[in-house]
Amino acid sequence: MKVTSRSFTITGALAMSAIVLAGCTAPAGEPGEGSEEPQFEGSLTVWVDADRAGVLEDVAAAFEDERGVSVELVTKDFGAIRDEFITQAPTGNGPDIIVGAHDWLGKLVQNGVVSPLELGDKASEFQDVAVTAMSYEGQTYGLPYSVENIALVRNVDIAPEAPETFDDLIAAGQAAVAEGAAEYPFLVGLDPAAADPYHLYPLQASFGAPVFEITADGTYDPTTLALGNEGGEAFAVKLREWGQAGILNTNISGDIAREEFVAGKSGYFLTGPWNIPAISEGGINYAIDPIPTAGGETATPFVGVQGFYVSSESENQFAANEFLVNYIGTDEVQTALYEVGGRAPALLSAFEAAQSDADVAAFGAVGAEGVPMPNVPAMDVVWSDWGSTEVAIINGQGDPVELWRAMVESIQSKITG
Amino acid sequence: MSNTTPGAQQPLLAPPAARPSGPRTAARSHAQTVRGLLIKIALLGIVDAIALFAMFILVMREQWLVFAIAAVVTVIINVIYLRPGRLPAKYLAPGVFFLAVFQIFVVGYSGYIAFTNYGDGHNSTKEDAIESIIANSLTRVPDSPTYRLTVVEQFGTYGFLVTDPDGETLLGTPEQPLEEVDAEEDSTGKAVSVAGWTSLGFGDLLANQSVVVDLSVPLSDDPNDGALRTPDGSSAYVYTSDLVYDESADSFTDTTGGEVYVDGGDGAFVNEAGRELQPGWKIDVGFENFQRAFTNEDIRGPLLSVTLWTFAFAILSVASTFVLGLFLAIVFNAPHMRGKKIYRVIMVLPYAFPGFLSALVFLGLFNEQFGFFNQVLLGGASIPWLTDPWLAKFSILFVNLWLGFPYMFLICTGALQSIPEELSEAATVDGAKPFAVFRLIKFPLLLVSVAPLLISSFAFNFNNFNLIYMLTGGGPRDIEAGVDAGATDILITLVYKVAFGEGTGRDYGLASAFAILIFLIVATVSIVSFRQTKALEELN
Repeated sequence: MKVTSRSFTITGALAMSAIVLAGCTAPAGEPGEGSEEPQFEGSLTVWVDADRAGVLEDVAAAFEDERGVSVELVTKDFGAIRDEFITQAPTGNGPDIIVGAHDWLGKLVQNGVVSPLELGDKASEFQDVAVTAMSYEGQTYGLPYSVENIALVRNVDIAPEAPETFDDLIAAGQAAVAEGAAEYPFLVGLDPAAADPYHLYPLQASFGAPVFEITADGTYDPTTLALGNEGGEAFAVKLREWGQAGILNTNISGDIAREEFVAGKSGYFLTGPWNIPAISEGGINYAIDPIPTAGGETATPFVGVQGFYVSSESENQFAANEFLVNYIGTDEVQTALYEVGGRAPALLSAFEAAQSDADVAAFGAVGAEGVPMPNVPAMDVVWSDWGSTEVAIINGQGDPVELWRAMVESIQSKITG
Repeated sequence: MSNTTPGAQQPLLAPPAARPSGPRTAARSHAQTVRGLLIKIALLGIVDAIALFAMFILVMREQWLVFAIAAVVTVIINVIYLRPGRLPAKYLAPGVFFLAVFQIFVVGYSGYIAFTNYGDGHNSTKEDAIESIIANSLTRVPDSPTYRLTVVEQFGTYGFLVTDPDGETLLGTPEQPLEEVDAEEDSTGKAVSVAGWTSLGFGDLLANQSVVVDLSVPLSDDPNDGALRTPDGSSAYVYTSDLVYDESADSFTDTTGGEVYVDGGDGAFVNEAGRELQPGWKIDVGFENFQRAFTNEDIRGPLLSVTLWTFAFAILSVASTFVLGLFLAIVFNAPHMRGKKIYRVIMVLPYAFPGFLSALVFLGLFNEQFGFFNQVLLGGASIPWLTDPWLAKFSILFVNLWLGFPYMFLICTGALQSIPEELSEAATVDGAKPFAVFRLIKFPLLLVSVAPLLISSFAFNFNNFNLIYMLTGGGPRDIEAGVDAGATDILITLVYKVAFGEGTGRDYGLASAFAILIFLIVATVSIVSFRQTKALEELN
């Protein structure tokens, strides 16, 4: 009961609120009802997380001044927005706009709750990877505002040179451990039950094994897994090797990895910009490098994009579109969002301005090689099998190639239902 | 006789209380009833006002069923509180109302969901799905120019006045493809008005956006050239659609391949090859979810071991927490002990922390290499607390003991203190040893009041999703066996994995069906146990 009761309670509470509180929860003024009146009295409701709410307050005030449409910001927990939005949109009580991550998109489209967004000529002003990420089956749905990806963070005092390949990295790391300069040859945050396919993906990609086949138009084909190709199996063999050599350790969680790196116990840390503040506060002399290749091809990380979506049930499509494209999609707002969240802006002009920060520039250079994390709904199914198989391989259970094949088979059967 | 009959007509309180103490008390008492009446009227007024407002909105939204329910409930509430007498109803009404809202409705609703295909991909109505498919299939013609746009209106018909990239001005409506017109231009060369038509400003646009956003003005008589649409009211782009909806046939046709998608009866448009269009919509599916629940391979395979572990987990959790809680309750109930209150407060602390938070803390403590248990307590051992199937089971029980004993401690303390001291004194006088006093007198008396709580604790642990999910996620998984179920998965977490982690994603229909099945198990166990406790009660 625990599982489902939350969503039921939400739906139930919604339906019952019709009896008890319908009036109190209704958005101020029902737009579109009195369409004879020339004066527009509706407002835009935006679901946003606490970090971004502050920035949006200013731009919402500007929008109200200039366009006469009030913007109501509702602060939500970022992780809860997707599911609540999917549940609430069909009732007509959902918001007009939500903030969200690009990998929600497949699920939002699958449920018919998000409306296409025409960026028009503005599309070319954003980073290509950001617009691609916000697209699904050839249609653009969201306005991107930030782009982030992982890279190799190097402790310059322990590892003075950037490694060319992952083997070089291992050799240098192990040498440092042998000399006593470091305790771990390499650090990456993994989970004891689910490893971390997201962080290990660049290494896997360097063997030429993406998750799904990429179609001619550059989008993922969610029906054809590419995980199971020869590159994938070669990666599985390497995972075992790295696990046994202690390069990868599933007991080192993300928090432990950060602590140990900040304590100067390793030369290399595969992580994202979110850990940089802790690293620089810890007084580590660091550099940000491209991820060294393990399988010969470029080690491309997943790029995560965040942006804003318009609800398909919104009665205020024009106002929402205007607000996103011409207010959120501006230099000042994108820069302000970058300053509060630390994620590189998606708008090119703001992104270039942010290059003055060396960290942003370095992560951005690595991200330029990256591919958006797949946003197809089938990804939900992939993560769990992918992670637990990686754990088994790293920890030395069974035959790596066979485990990998079993995983591909299991994922394939779940995707096809 | 003559006394009682007229008295019943008057307010109940006034006559008997008033007479002996004279007129002053009578006046005060009268004032009290007046004040009570006023408060009652005010409260009832507030309730009625809210109800009326809700009903007003429900009428606007044409929610007739909910409106009818709201109206009936409001009338009943007014009748109950305005008519004299019916005291039990007055007390029960608020509780029954909230019981209906927060319990019966929710349970009934999940029951209803079990008979639908509600879930990812089947989230809303068919109309919404058709609208979404149409909107998503409209794609802008690649590299097509942007037309600067003024939306114009004439006798209720909306038209697009556009300036094409070459500077020519064109006018069209959904019925009339674009034609060249002479129009007034502003300083940038954008056509802003044309004779006979009214131009819409931004405010007008917003007021009519739901109409304007659906306008589609064809470029020419050939529909394959595409049509102009506007996403923002100030610029228009050329769109083509590769899916055309035919209302009379209730089907979509793919204009590129000629494939036809029809309503396949499963809540989605589907073509002959079985490919579904997204999104689908919610339909009633009868007992299909229950059928799937029983035939699902991922459930059937590990069902026996998972069920056994679920019972073992629930029973052992109740037993261990009860034994520890009872022991501590007896110890801290000893009359000569000092600082009892402080100890008791400390004992209750684990109960005061949110359970999922404690689970996360324990997750860190149990870490094989860096955790407190292995590092500090066991001096650097590497015991796989959470990754070995049997140790993981033990760890789960251990954490649940930590989380659960304060509750048992509280109820046992309460129950012990309610047992009269005379009983044990009498037994001691009769020559009973302390343990015999406990076993023969205190414990049976204790069980009478505590047994129902043990049963509810069993029911809670049977579905203790938070702990399992947060601590082990059901793992460790035997990856080589190829089943999803892990060593610590209980029924509810296994069901979660199957209903939310396969195929199209979250399947609320299937999840509700499972929830009902699990409810039946728990209900059966509880009913049998309650029968047993009744027997226990009679025994004493």
